[in-house]
Amino acid sequence: MGMVTIQLPSAPAHVRTARLIAAAMARRAGVAENLLDEVRLAVGEACARAVQVQMLEGITTPITVEMADDNGFAVIITDRAATAAPIASATRGGSADRWGAVEAAPIAGLAILTAVVDDVQITAGVPNGTRVQVRWPVDACA
Amino acid sequence: MDIELSGSVVDGCAVLAIAGEVDVYTAPAFRDRLIEMVAVDPFVVVDLTGLAFIDSTGLGVLVAGRNLALEHGGAMAFVCTQDRVLKLLRITGLDSVFDVHAAVDGAIAGLRAAR
Repeated sequence: MGMVTIQLPSAPAHVRTARLIAAAMARRAGVAENLLDEVRLAVGEACARAVQVQMLEGITTPITVEMADDNGFAVIITDRAATAAPIASATRGGSADRWGAVEAAPIAGLAILTAVVDDVQITAGVPNGTRVQVRWPVDACA
Repeated sequence: MDIELSGSVVDGCAVLAIAGEVDVYTAPAFRDRLIEMVAVDPFVVVDLTGLAFIDSTGLGVLVAGRNLALEHGGAMAFVCTQDRVLKLLRITGLDSVFDVHAAVDGAIAGLRAAR
């Protein structure tokens, strides 16, 4: 497979597209079937977070989703939101209202992501956004 | 739309069954429906057995819906049998906060006790 790069439109409707593509590519790369739910969840959380922080800043630039299978199956999601810490942006708006938990989802999303995936790296300021990398082992026989 | 929301009344109790994928795109419709239902009766069972996917945004709606029900003097109970969803509830610690049942009748009984 090598490297596949997707420019995902920065809109909530397209997060599902990223989940579907990532799960399909993970299966093809040889990620175990019992990890595919984890792939869907992690890529969904990372992309949802990216879309949400960009929306908070009015950024319409696509989210970059890169997938590679040269060292396990890795997915790298990069946004362009200048607010490096999603926690700050998420708590700034709306968290005091009744539906604050929904607004705070970018925080919970990253928390879930790091709890679910063993190999995850989150890097802020690359160069003007956040880069989330998740990686899974692949079956050598695949 | 990637979710199906069906409201019904079972044994005098409001039940909202959700099926499909709840994420950042579909969560607002789910949220709006929960708000409507809680406004009519703050005792609601949310049946999650048809869920194919739920992320943190969807969990946020569950938390907020439950909080709204409590604010209105009611309660919310959930029906969930799927390991992937139960695992998410455990990871987030929501399993110790939510009233989760394996079947709708158990959830209704739980809400009756809370009334």
